[in-house]
Amino acid sequence: MKSLTFTRCMFWFGILFLYLPMVVLIIYSFNAGRNVQVWAGFSTHWYAEVLRDRQLIAALWRSLRVAFFSATAAMLLGLLASIAIIRMKRFRGRGLLSGMVTAPLVMPDVIIGVSLLMLFVSLQQAIGWPAGRGLNTVFIAHTTFCVAYSTVVISSRLRELDESLEEAAQDLGATPVATFFLVTLPIIWPALLSAWLLSFTLSLDDVVIASFVTGPGATTLPIEVFSSVRLGVSPKINALATMIILAVSLVAFTSWYVTRRIDIRNRRLQVQYLKEAE
Amino acid sequence: MSDTAAAQPSEIRTRQRVKKDAMMSIEQVSKEFDGTYAVDSVSLEIYSGEIFALLGASGSGKSTLLRMLAGFEQPTSGRIRLDGEDLTGMPPYKRPINMMFQSYALFPHMTVEQNLAFGLRQDRLPRHEIKSRVARMLDMVQMSKYARRKPHQLSGGQRQRVALARSLAKQPKMLLLDEPMGALDKKLRTRMQLEVVDILESVGVTCVMVTHDQEEAMTMADRIAIMDEGRIEQIGSPIDVYESPKNRMVAEFIGSVNIIPAHIEADEEDHMVLSAADLPVPIYIGHGVSSGIDDRDMLFAIRPEKTILCTEKPDGEYNWAQGTVSDIAYLGGHSVYHVRLDSGLVVQTVLANTERRTPRPTWEDVVWVSWDSDSGVVLRN
Repeated sequence: MKSLTFTRCMFWFGILFLYLPMVVLIIYSFNAGRNVQVWAGFSTHWYAEVLRDRQLIAALWRSLRVAFFSATAAMLLGLLASIAIIRMKRFRGRGLLSGMVTAPLVMPDVIIGVSLLMLFVSLQQAIGWPAGRGLNTVFIAHTTFCVAYSTVVISSRLRELDESLEEAAQDLGATPVATFFLVTLPIIWPALLSAWLLSFTLSLDDVVIASFVTGPGATTLPIEVFSSVRLGVSPKINALATMIILAVSLVAFTSWYVTRRIDIRNRRLQVQYLKEAE
Repeated sequence: MSDTAAAQPSEIRTRQRVKKDAMMSIEQVSKEFDGTYAVDSVSLEIYSGEIFALLGASGSGKSTLLRMLAGFEQPTSGRIRLDGEDLTGMPPYKRPINMMFQSYALFPHMTVEQNLAFGLRQDRLPRHEIKSRVARMLDMVQMSKYARRKPHQLSGGQRQRVALARSLAKQPKMLLLDEPMGALDKKLRTRMQLEVVDILESVGVTCVMVTHDQEEAMTMADRIAIMDEGRIEQIGSPIDVYESPKNRMVAEFIGSVNIIPAHIEADEEDHMVLSAADLPVPIYIGHGVSSGIDDRDMLFAIRPEKTILCTEKPDGEYNWAQGTVSDIAYLGGHSVYHVRLDSGLVVQTVLANTERRTPRPTWEDVVWVSWDSDSGVVLRN
């Protein structure tokens, strides 16, 4: 029994460690007072404040747009890189490509940020593009480091995919392009989805790289929050964070619920088929 | 294996359906991977309507050869022709050849019906035509009940039937089978072997299969090619390769065999006599090896089931050996005895268990092994 109680203690400790900060944040988002440390009664005042804050909402919208486009671009580039790495057996640079694509995984963000900034500046001097820094450069920067993650996710799924499925499709008369759209894509789409979601989250989350490559009028939400916190934590930020947590939990819960429903239905069918077989 | 029982059905089949015209000819085909030849200038012809088996251990090049027929690999040199048309260099999706994969390769995101329709859709056949053909194929493999299921909801045997139906749905000129029973357990395997042959016969399709299982090759195929290190060692009917192996590799690969080094003493038209250091008496064979051979050191090969085990010294001055029982494998239908000769050589012999619990020789008993003058074959060393 002793070990069990110890395990339990550690379990609850872990849960507290992970979720206590969020709980505190959510509680204080309903604080009526301006001071973050002092509880001054319940209020939803700060939520209204958030929605009224044009600058914050604009930053959120900007961040969502950048995240959407860089996630999409990273997913597509990651898919292409995965196909080159996993499927093109005769391509001699496979090892080099897979190493180079995934290098940003272990590269510190600061270095990625600085190097991209230098690239953009020298490009501007050389060919006049990109003209200054703004959302475009943030989009390029985010795509660059998200490709690394999405390549890892997609290539691991593609590696598992039985190659004879693609061969069977070709054997039955499908051209390589038709094979890709009729067989490969329908089987690996969950990996594409996870790669997209991961890239989306990473892009939405990034402060360091974005702060190097962004320009005037292109402040993303994390930068906005970071700079406003430096002037003193406003309960507005708590309210915004709570809304984000709510949105994320809703998505997570829905996906869990849907997969559980599908699982239960499949299991019921399986049992029914087994009975029929007897 | 009882050779006659296994070989007879295929002999009957050979007579009925195989016309001896070459449907596919493989001419001097080689495949090189990084300096080594997986397939080394193989030439063979496949007759229309036959089931042809490529038999060999793993790494013998049989799968590479099959993949070249399907178009997944390009030969380094040589030509592959089907009905006179040169297939070399043609991509797999243009070849009138379909393949059943070892893993079956059923598309997991499609139902059984959609799997069967896949190839027909690629040919842009009209919808009603696809529908009726799929229904016919499902009926043929008795899977109509399962048309709307996904592959993961089927048993191994059912998946195999779907895979077979899918590879036949386009009515290919030739069907390729890659280790067709590889994913099934032994009981199901024997049943499916006959079932698959029945279906192939009713369709009348020419078929090339790859297998490492000699029993499977002998049960299903009309002709067998034994492959080793990228080369074809022998081509022939199951009876040919089992009863008249061309060399030691073939003899040892198919079934079990006793190999005894021997020296030719006399080689006449109607008989020959060999002396063997391992045997107390010479070997007498009821036919001669026609060609004059300089090297008179040969190998005498004899299958265990063609030898007779007895507890008394046989009469005659030829074809027997004396030894002690060193090992017995009781297999129900028959027992395999390992007899250690005085020279130290161990020979295998088979005793059919025709009676229940009669006294039989046991460990360390002194026994004699004998054989008829036409039971063994002489192989070049």
